[in-house]
Amino acid sequence: MKASKTIKQASYRDAINSAIAAEMRRDPSVFIYGIDVADHKRIYGTTVGLLEEFGEKRCFSTPLSEEALAGFGLGAAINGLRPINVHIRVDFLLLAMNQIVNMISSFHYGSGGKFNVPLVIRAIIGKGWGQSYQHSKSLHSFFAHIPGLKVIMPTTPRDAKGLMISAIRDNNPVIFLEHRFLYDVVDDVGGDNDPIEIGKSKKLTTGSDLTIVATSWMNVEAKEAADILKRKHGVKVEVIDPRTIYPFDDQLVIDSVKKTKHLIIADYDWLNCGFSAEVATRVYEQCYGLLKSPITRIGFAHTPCPCTRALEDVFYANAQTIIREVEKKLGLKTADLSSESFYTYENKFKGPF
Amino acid sequence: MTNLNFHLELYKKMCLIRKAEEAIIKNYPSDEMKTPMHMSMGEEAIVVGVCQSLGPKSQTFGTYRSHALYLATSQDTDGFFAEMYGKKTGVVKGKGGSMHLSYPEKGLMATSAVVASTIPAAVGSAYANKYLKNGKIVGIFFGDGAVDEGVFWESLNIACLMKLPIIFICEDNGYAVHTETVKRHGYKSIVDIIKNFDCQVFSSESTDVEKIYKISAKAVNFVKKEKKPVFLYFKYYRYLEHVGVNWDFDKGYRSETEFKKWFKKDPLKLQKKRLLRLGLSKTQIEKVESAIANKIEECIQKAKKTPFPKNTEVYRDVFYEG
Repeated sequence: MKASKTIKQASYRDAINSAIAAEMRRDPSVFIYGIDVADHKRIYGTTVGLLEEFGEKRCFSTPLSEEALAGFGLGAAINGLRPINVHIRVDFLLLAMNQIVNMISSFHYGSGGKFNVPLVIRAIIGKGWGQSYQHSKSLHSFFAHIPGLKVIMPTTPRDAKGLMISAIRDNNPVIFLEHRFLYDVVDDVGGDNDPIEIGKSKKLTTGSDLTIVATSWMNVEAKEAADILKRKHGVKVEVIDPRTIYPFDDQLVIDSVKKTKHLIIADYDWLNCGFSAEVATRVYEQCYGLLKSPITRIGFAHTPCPCTRALEDVFYANAQTIIREVEKKLGLKTADLSSESFYTYENKFKGPF
Repeated sequence: MTNLNFHLELYKKMCLIRKAEEAIIKNYPSDEMKTPMHMSMGEEAIVVGVCQSLGPKSQTFGTYRSHALYLATSQDTDGFFAEMYGKKTGVVKGKGGSMHLSYPEKGLMATSAVVASTIPAAVGSAYANKYLKNGKIVGIFFGDGAVDEGVFWESLNIACLMKLPIIFICEDNGYAVHTETVKRHGYKSIVDIIKNFDCQVFSSESTDVEKIYKISAKAVNFVKKEKKPVFLYFKYYRYLEHVGVNWDFDKGYRSETEFKKWFKKDPLKLQKKRLLRLGLSKTQIEKVESAIANKIEECIQKAKKTPFPKNTEVYRDVFYEG
């Protein structure tokens, strides 16, 4: 197994792998560790080749001790190393919450600025194939609520690569959330290893009729919806990916809403007290009186995530949910979607994991 | 350093801690030091003895009960009292208070309010020191209450598994907050359990700073030679209430008789006796004591006069900018 070298077209998983490998080559203080980071599966291939190239001092599997391993990262980081701690599911990070929320997030502040904490915590969001309620959370709103943490949630392979490089080089703790479904997305990642600035939103499509702010996997659904809406209704949708949940660059969203006057937030999370509420509030604060319709929020059903596909389909919003909301919002008649082929994970993903 | 100087040095360090806390007790009622005080009184010998053997090139981590650790490592009474008074010249600019002290220049990396929360960070520091091959040893201080926390066992396991240069120092005062050991432990002996880990264990009930120094010097040598962790287990008695500056023998969970038994072998008393035995006069010792007390009084006056941080300081240092 070899770590990816510089590549132009790459999957999200290979983009992450190549970013980590490039940073480990560039900076001997970077190391990566976590449960099964160095096993034969290599975290869905994202840590492929790292053990072979950098040795077990810089790439190692650990005991199943999430809290201690988060604190371990803190201890290494305040001594000048750049640890990357990996979790195969975000849900497991809850075991490390004391370290993340009580220690890591406040360490720079609490030491009067004496210590820096250049620590990356990677965590994967699961979906589908019966992931159920302990393998499917995103928790980005939760982390973004805590002062002192940066929260990154890239959608495209290019962003995954550039933002991973920035996260590793950042002198602050960064929570880096990767959606499992995105791993198979292949796209242009650029030939270089340039970082992408943390805290910049990005327009994925340009449009003048309606703005959709989407996070993580919901960008894939939103883009699909935008494509169909254009064909079926001639509606031009502007899809904006915040990419970083904290710090959140709201300016691109505000400018877009000032133009389109309509906003849908499709968050990959529960709505209650979540990032969608944050986005909505900021838009209401700055676009008051300009909106032609109340802001619409789309997200998880407010339940734990169910296992069976039949119920999971109700739990998650998708491109069709978005299309129907846009039609309602703009007073359009309901389009016939029976001939459309929507994303279904069974085409890519057979399980068990 | 002549031999006598060494004995005196240990006494001075303990005396600094004791006098600083006596000054806190005296000044606390005026309510200007608005920070929850978890007093070190009674544990001075452990902290001073261990830190002496660790030496200046080491790193240490502590708990919310770390006045002793802060003063033993840094000797910085100015920053200490400014922090207690919440002033801008405090060790962490008034952001931490009594429970969050650090002094990286002298290796004190962190102290923390949540029980056991610095233990994994200490293990990670030990990994970094091994990674960087800088020869530093980490000393992590915690109470017997921390042993009740899962993260203690996770951290000990990782340190032993990875053969890290770290010394765990368990300071057992018999109570976690107000609950005694027998009401918390479903096992007979911490030490017996830890002996099954791949590390060396030393334990003692002594309150003699020099005995503790010698035991921890053995620990330091073991870590250097064998490249494995050491677990030190020391008993002591917390003189004051869990949090605050008062006695609490009237509250029913512990007795004054217990305290008196321990106070007979108070670490400062023991070392003072030794100094007298070694030929120092009572007057000479009292001179040392009053010099320390005067210095502390000056620091308190200075801290009181120092301004509070500016309002804008609240937003500073959330993130490192740069």
